[in-house]
Amino acid sequence: MLPSARRCIAVAASIVPLVVLAAAAVQPPQSPTPLTLVSKEGRRTLPVYLVSEQEFVALDDLAGVFQLAVRDDALGAITVSYKGKTIVLTPDQALASVSGKLISLPAAPSRLTAAGAPPRWLVPVEFISRALAPAYDARIDFRKPSHLLVLGDMRVPRVVIRYDAQAAGGRLTIDATPRTLSAVTQENDRLAIRFDADALDLALPSMQGVQPQGVVQGVRPVDQVTLAVDLGPRFSSFRASTQALDAASRLTIDIVAAPTEAPPAPGPAQPPAPPPELTAATPTSPIRTIAIDAGHGGDDTGVVGAKGAKEKDLTLAVARRLKTAMESRLGVRVLLTRDEDRNVPIDERTATANHNKADLFVSLHANGSLRPRTAGTAILYASFEKGAEEAARASLLTERVPAFGGGTRDIELVMWDLAQTRHVDRSAAFAQILERQIRGRVPLAARPVDRAPLLVLESANMPAVLIEMGYLTNPDQERQLTGGEMQNAIVQAIVDAVLRFRESLGGLGT
Amino acid sequence: MRLNRIAAIGAIALAIGALAWLLFVGLPRWYGGPTATRAVAATPSPAPPPPGRKIKARLYYVTDDGTRLTAVEREVAYGDGTAEQARQIIEAQIAPVAEPLVSAVPPGTKLRSVFVTDRGEAYVDLSREASAAHGGGTLDELLTVYTIVDALTENLPAVTSVQVLVGGKEVDTLAGHVDLRRPLAKNLEWVE
Repeated sequence: MLPSARRCIAVAASIVPLVVLAAAAVQPPQSPTPLTLVSKEGRRTLPVYLVSEQEFVALDDLAGVFQLAVRDDALGAITVSYKGKTIVLTPDQALASVSGKLISLPAAPSRLTAAGAPPRWLVPVEFISRALAPAYDARIDFRKPSHLLVLGDMRVPRVVIRYDAQAAGGRLTIDATPRTLSAVTQENDRLAIRFDADALDLALPSMQGVQPQGVVQGVRPVDQVTLAVDLGPRFSSFRASTQALDAASRLTIDIVAAPTEAPPAPGPAQPPAPPPELTAATPTSPIRTIAIDAGHGGDDTGVVGAKGAKEKDLTLAVARRLKTAMESRLGVRVLLTRDEDRNVPIDERTATANHNKADLFVSLHANGSLRPRTAGTAILYASFEKGAEEAARASLLTERVPAFGGGTRDIELVMWDLAQTRHVDRSAAFAQILERQIRGRVPLAARPVDRAPLLVLESANMPAVLIEMGYLTNPDQERQLTGGEMQNAIVQAIVDAVLRFRESLGGLGT
Repeated sequence: MRLNRIAAIGAIALAIGALAWLLFVGLPRWYGGPTATRAVAATPSPAPPPPGRKIKARLYYVTDDGTRLTAVEREVAYGDGTAEQARQIIEAQIAPVAEPLVSAVPPGTKLRSVFVTDRGEAYVDLSREASAAHGGGTLDELLTVYTIVDALTENLPAVTSVQVLVGGKEVDTLAGHVDLRRPLAKNLEWVE
């Protein structure tokens, strides 16, 4: 070969690897897993760029999502503002100044250049948690390992799922941190696990080694808060139980396979299931704890009478009197859902009663009418839409499968919203007793006992009533209700009613 | 001579013009006006019914003793299709009324939108006044809610349940008592 040709080949041979290396060096940053932003408005993704093994996000993407104003100033600094707060970044420094305080970042801002597009600023992903979160007015929770960004007060538990095949089927262990309620139901060929949350930070199990013809074929999310467990042809039944761990809830679902010719060897010893948290008051249990709810409060004044009497003040005054009277005459433990002029959310009031395992729930209110002559005390208990009550009772029946201490828990959880359906008969009975005790002491309304879809009663897991003590819109009643005599009469009537109710339940209490 | 004829024609024309004015403008203005005002004041609804087809619907108002609703048959503008008819019914139901009728719907409440699913669930989106201008009280809240629920479920067989929204959002309750998180079915227990 000619010497010049050989030289050409030698030069080419040395240049080619250099060119390849150079190309590799200037290739655009790769796109690793994008960030998922979860907020009350829904979900969106933010692209992530990898530069020198550090993950970055584009500042203009952040600006769009969080409504930030980004400015490059003449001195080269980048200023990010949000509602009066300022974050200053300098292109060559791994630092940010947040309203004057210096925060360190793992890398300096970087410039993303792409052909045909204006250059964009990239900031390390840690910018979000270290610089933006302190300056922002809503909570920003950046979960780096799951590439999840939770904005605002959203309940997004971390849910880790493990599947272990066992001799007689399989076991799914689902841990949710922080503790989250869940409910398991069977829908045809799958199990649906619904979490009481706004979204899930999921870690799905590796299903390697799971036989497709076995009991479980896979686990997948079906919506923001629900997982589906696809059941295989050998599925026969399941048992679910939950435990409270230190900071997490553990839901254990044992899937039982249909028996083959030879009976399967007994599975590993089941851990003793903890007692269910929500226990229904059985007919013979005495009344040991009573929850009293003073309706409204704080900025929710309730009905206001012509002379200015506010429902919220009246309910609190009577609640306090009632507590004293019950404690002294009945020897029961009494809880107030509020003991100050504060607006407590309705579900929190019911939750107080449920969590403290109250045996009776009484919500106190005062009524109002568009007609000033309307008067009288009324007692209401919960009513449910037709379908709801039937569905709740139907799920009660499915409880009767051999329960290894877990079945009860399921049903209670499924009916969280409708817990009252199991107690509504006793609520009705208590309402009737109240009517008889109130009659003769203070005027009763035209319809003294009524049923209505009242939110505060629906989730109550014990007999529950709402008492409308009288009409503040009626001038006579307003005057009487704000006086001690009528309040006392009502209080004594309620205490007598509880005594009679307790007797009717069979126990006289300790 | 010519001039006279022109003058005569002019005078006649003027007279005719004056007569025409008298007949078509002056008299109605002097004698028709007061009658028209009186007629308007007599009808319970200040807004005259829109022209066009009408249907008869049962609308709900508060009884004398204030504890229940009573059905009153009234004319409502026709609407093409379930959703449109539902809208007309609600507009008529929440329109202000004069004594002896008393509405359980808070004053100033406007209808923002109505839509009906093909399963017969109607979603009625009311303005903030439905909650903010409500006087409170379990009874009044039940009457307000069932005014809306029954107005639709009673008059439109295609509507089986109604969920009330306020200001474009689902709400827990209207004034702290009645559960509005799910659609409610017709309930005539609140109607006398």
